[in-house]
Amino acid sequence: MFEGWDAVVLARAQFAFTMSFHIVFPAFTIGLASYLAVLEALWLSTGREVFINLFNYWLKIFAVVFGMGVVSGIVMSYQFGTNWAAFSDKAGPVIGPLMAYEVLTAFFLEAGFLGVMLFGLKRVGPRLHFLATLMVAIGTLISAFWILSANSWMQTPTGYAVNADGQFVPADWLKVIFNPSFPYRLVHMVLAAYLTTALVVGAVGAFHLWRDSHLAGARVMFSMAMWMATLVAPIQILAGDQHGLNTLEHQPVKIMAMEGHFESHKDGAPLYLFGLPDEAAGKLKYAIGIPKLGSLILKHSLNAPMAGLDTVPRENWPPVPITFWSFRIMVGLGFLMLGLGLLSLFARWRGTLYEFKLLQLFAMAMGPAGFIAVLAGWITTETGRQPFTVYGLLRTAESTSPLAAPAVGSSLIAFVIVYFAVFTTGVFYILRLMASPPHQGEPGPSHDAPARAAGITPAAGVVT
Amino acid sequence: MPGIIDIATVWAFIIAFAVFVYVVMDGFDLGLGLLFPLFPAKADRDVIMNSVAPVWDGNETWLVLGGGGLMAAFPLAYAVLMPALYTPVIAMLIGLIFRGVAFEFRWRTTQEKRNRWDIAFAGGSLLATLAQGIALGAVLQGVHVEGRHYAGGWWDWLTPFSILTGLALAVGFALLGATWLVLKTEGELRDRAYHLSWFLLFAMLGAIGAVSIATPFLHIQYTERWFSWPNIILTAPVPIAVAAVAVLLLRALSNKWDSQPFFLTLTLFALSYAGLGISMYPYIVPQSITIWQAASPVSSQLFMLVGVAVLIPLILGYTAWAYWVFRGKVRAGSGYH
Repeated sequence: MFEGWDAVVLARAQFAFTMSFHIVFPAFTIGLASYLAVLEALWLSTGREVFINLFNYWLKIFAVVFGMGVVSGIVMSYQFGTNWAAFSDKAGPVIGPLMAYEVLTAFFLEAGFLGVMLFGLKRVGPRLHFLATLMVAIGTLISAFWILSANSWMQTPTGYAVNADGQFVPADWLKVIFNPSFPYRLVHMVLAAYLTTALVVGAVGAFHLWRDSHLAGARVMFSMAMWMATLVAPIQILAGDQHGLNTLEHQPVKIMAMEGHFESHKDGAPLYLFGLPDEAAGKLKYAIGIPKLGSLILKHSLNAPMAGLDTVPRENWPPVPITFWSFRIMVGLGFLMLGLGLLSLFARWRGTLYEFKLLQLFAMAMGPAGFIAVLAGWITTETGRQPFTVYGLLRTAESTSPLAAPAVGSSLIAFVIVYFAVFTTGVFYILRLMASPPHQGEPGPSHDAPARAAGITPAAGVVT
Repeated sequence: MPGIIDIATVWAFIIAFAVFVYVVMDGFDLGLGLLFPLFPAKADRDVIMNSVAPVWDGNETWLVLGGGGLMAAFPLAYAVLMPALYTPVIAMLIGLIFRGVAFEFRWRTTQEKRNRWDIAFAGGSLLATLAQGIALGAVLQGVHVEGRHYAGGWWDWLTPFSILTGLALAVGFALLGATWLVLKTEGELRDRAYHLSWFLLFAMLGAIGAVSIATPFLHIQYTERWFSWPNIILTAPVPIAVAAVAVLLLRALSNKWDSQPFFLTLTLFALSYAGLGISMYPYIVPQSITIWQAASPVSSQLFMLVGVAVLIPLILGYTAWAYWVFRGKVRAGSGYH
């Protein structure tokens, strides 16, 4: 099996597959950990039982998601070596320390305090427990910092030199870490994680309000989620725009693929809304575009000239159709999120936030939108970096391990079977948890303990 | 180049330390998975899972540090060893997936009587343990390197020796799991753990003996390292210490001193691990790549050394705190799952 296949293509498929599964979990846990910290802070400061009920409700879901994130993440940390040995040898001195710092500053922090966060409320009392929740939440953000720094360095490498063995070696660590695209990517990704979580929380809230609009827990979570969507969606669109301008400066070819600009435009490029990219012909077929708008958005001038893919040697083109379509899916969903936020604002103003059936339907439909947008955005930026692993410097085809196609193909099949078997079951369990509404005396992730958590009030402070 | 203490050597010790802490911490919780089929009652299994549920994730993080640290500090070794150990590494990852998700999933299924996540926990633990042991053997026997690449096939790792080390590690982890249960449980569950510990201790001593006898036959260098004069003055204490610890363990088991067997078993692991280090040093890929050849530039290693110096003590501190919070014997229905 797999004789005659291209090992590079199989290795890329494997990385794309395992990464796509993995990224969904941290995108959710980054947002959910922060949300849990907010809920616990509200419980500690107000003493209202609804907050600890919601905390315990989402904590059970967090536990399942986090477990899946950990095991799919371990795969990623070994994937570099198993399938991308040449990349690891050449870029290891730069990328490796960034990932090592992620382990040291983030993974250990999360893992070290997770046990106390999940099972320790009665053992350590509310205050120390809140500290544990806070540490886990901070850990998820630190993790995003380092891994996005590493990823951004592959997109916009700076601060390096090349040694005699052909390895990239660090010349200036600050320039490596704070490479040009990193701040934009970090902001865009963390906001995406928050939005993703808000949409899931909003959808679950809407689902339970649909059946009982007086349910206290559902009301609180729905309102919080809709505030989040209202405030963060517009900020995210602005952040995305800035990220795009940064990409134009440092990776113009990626922008050409995203925009479907096969041809150069001397006086003002159109913004193509739709079209069918035809790579072989080097044309965007059936293009529907708004004249000059592309230049206006990207160069802030109607008649600014924009180079197209016709100025780039073909062997340096990224796969245009994937980049083009995934970008449109992400942007389209972003504007739908903005619409949801605005509709909820309207409902709030009318005083029907909890009864507005159309809004509930919309919010439920948008539940998975954050995940799809994150995946689409990730595909846009990673596919747009091709055909390089380190942009402009190291080709993907020169980055792989010296392995024959059957080895890479077999492990790909193994991962596909295992991931679908395990993670679809996990998603099913999560959906089943979400299907029951949060109620009074909601138990946490402890199983054989009676639900006493609700009996602990922050005022009591000391817990026996 | 090689000095008495240079930064590459420091990093070799750091990576070795991370891998050892991983073995110390995840060894017993993988071992619990290996023992799972011997404890079919749901109540027992709940207690066994409860005893590690709050800490397993932190335990596995050391494996990520080992892998990530190897890539950062010795990228060439990482780039050569991972393709050489391709199949065992993939098998280990898949095993870890099944057992890792089982911690939460087993409470979420409605089929409590024949819980398939219990099978996933046991099977995943066995797969991961065998794969780690086989990988260890495959490294010891050496891999085929040309230039900066692995140049062997994807089944080179499979030899009688690597199978032996795979089984030896499984026996060792099972003993760690059994002595952990002695430490953390009580009543009938603990008594059965004692019973298992006896049997597993003899099996582990046999395994240590078998691997120790087989290793010098792999390469003449290993033989010289251990048996040539004056090395033998430094190497001889290792087997002597193993014998001494074994006697202490037997005494602790027969006197039923609950808190001792686990830590004595860890000492056995430490001694075996030291033996491994004696065999390998200064190679990171035995007989082909030394730690100095594989080292990343000083600027990379120094940058991380700062972080390690500050953060590892901190990590050990709050990890110890987490263990302290969940200290003592685990009772059925005792409040965390």
